[in-house]
Amino acid sequence: MLEHYLNLAIKAVFVENMALAFFLGMCSFLAVSKKVETALGLGAAVTFVLSLAVPVNQAIINGLLKEGALAWISPDLATVDLSFLSLLAQIGTIAALVQIVEMTLDRYAPALYNALGVFLPLIAVNCAILGASLFMEQREYSFGEAAVFGFGSGVGWALAIVALAAIREKMRYSNVPAALRGLGITFIVTGLMAIGFLAFSGIQL
Amino acid sequence: MDKKTKSALVDPLFNNNPIALQVLGICSALAVTTKMETAVVMSIALTAVTTLSNLAISLIRNKIPGSIRIIVQLTIIASLVILTDQVLKAFVYDVAKQLSVFVGLIITNCIVMGRAEAFAMANGPRLAVWDGIGNGIGYSLVLLVVAFFRELLGSGKLFGITLLSPVTEGGWYTPNGLMVMSPSAFFLIGIFIWILRTYKTDQVETE
Repeated sequence: MLEHYLNLAIKAVFVENMALAFFLGMCSFLAVSKKVETALGLGAAVTFVLSLAVPVNQAIINGLLKEGALAWISPDLATVDLSFLSLLAQIGTIAALVQIVEMTLDRYAPALYNALGVFLPLIAVNCAILGASLFMEQREYSFGEAAVFGFGSGVGWALAIVALAAIREKMRYSNVPAALRGLGITFIVTGLMAIGFLAFSGIQL
Repeated sequence: MDKKTKSALVDPLFNNNPIALQVLGICSALAVTTKMETAVVMSIALTAVTTLSNLAISLIRNKIPGSIRIIVQLTIIASLVILTDQVLKAFVYDVAKQLSVFVGLIITNCIVMGRAEAFAMANGPRLAVWDGIGNGIGYSLVLLVVAFFRELLGSGKLFGITLLSPVTEGGWYTPNGLMVMSPSAFFLIGIFIWILRTYKTDQVETE
């Protein structure tokens, strides 16, 4: 049992890395990776939102939206199928969680809050979070699996953004063509990192 | 057309391109650019959603309480995406079937949310509409350029019509396998930015 969860976590971190294997959450990935410190902060925020949002969405989908899930209220509702609402419910949960994180950071870590800027509210539309949530729905994970998967994907994403930020900090010492500086070279570095992570895709656990 | 309207519409094309400069909406740029057809439909759908969401959010911007604005914006965008999805399914069912996943992903496309947060919350509805159209077209431009090269070099086709006959079918062109995989989109967008900034030197970042 423990082995199963461990495999799931390792798979989510390395083999199915949200950023480098599925290319999800790219916007903030590229924009907030200038400094390792801010990258760590965003990585932690995304991990936090992911490890809450995925299991909560799992509970909502299976407990309220699936066909027959409402039978516990009254037997008449056993045929109600609300699964068409799942997209809206998932994005709603994510948005609410992001707002909570935003208010908490604003109150307790204003420096980090200012450094993240517009990309903090944008976590809500970070495709990594909705993506992981949709993968969870598609693969029909149990509640425990969803929690492990959400946490693992978050750690994987954070790992990737911190690695990229570290590369970009070192890149300050290299002579990049003027027009390629900043975003351009970041795209190319990310492409190379993605090719590196393709090596994990063959691993069977 | 007065100056402000024009700049809201034209600036996002090259001067303030959503992908190349604002770093928004990159996930789908990677996902839908293996073929021209999907890229075209995606561009139209995204432009429509950005324009309508900018309009809707700009209209009610003074009535949205700051603390719940993300949820309000997301609900509007999600409803518009569901609407777009239904329209596509009703009128172009075949393409919609191909695109189904990507249409849902418009919700998480940061261009829509980014423009709503950065522009529509602060400007009137008329300007917001032009800004939405401009950013939609700026996004489409990058998408179409990337899709053009990926489909042409990756499978020797454009819009599904064979232009460079591949070796497997007795032709001369050896398809570049890398172009079909996602890392190639990174390289192409990187090169696009490189070329753009060679001419628009004011966009060069100083680190």
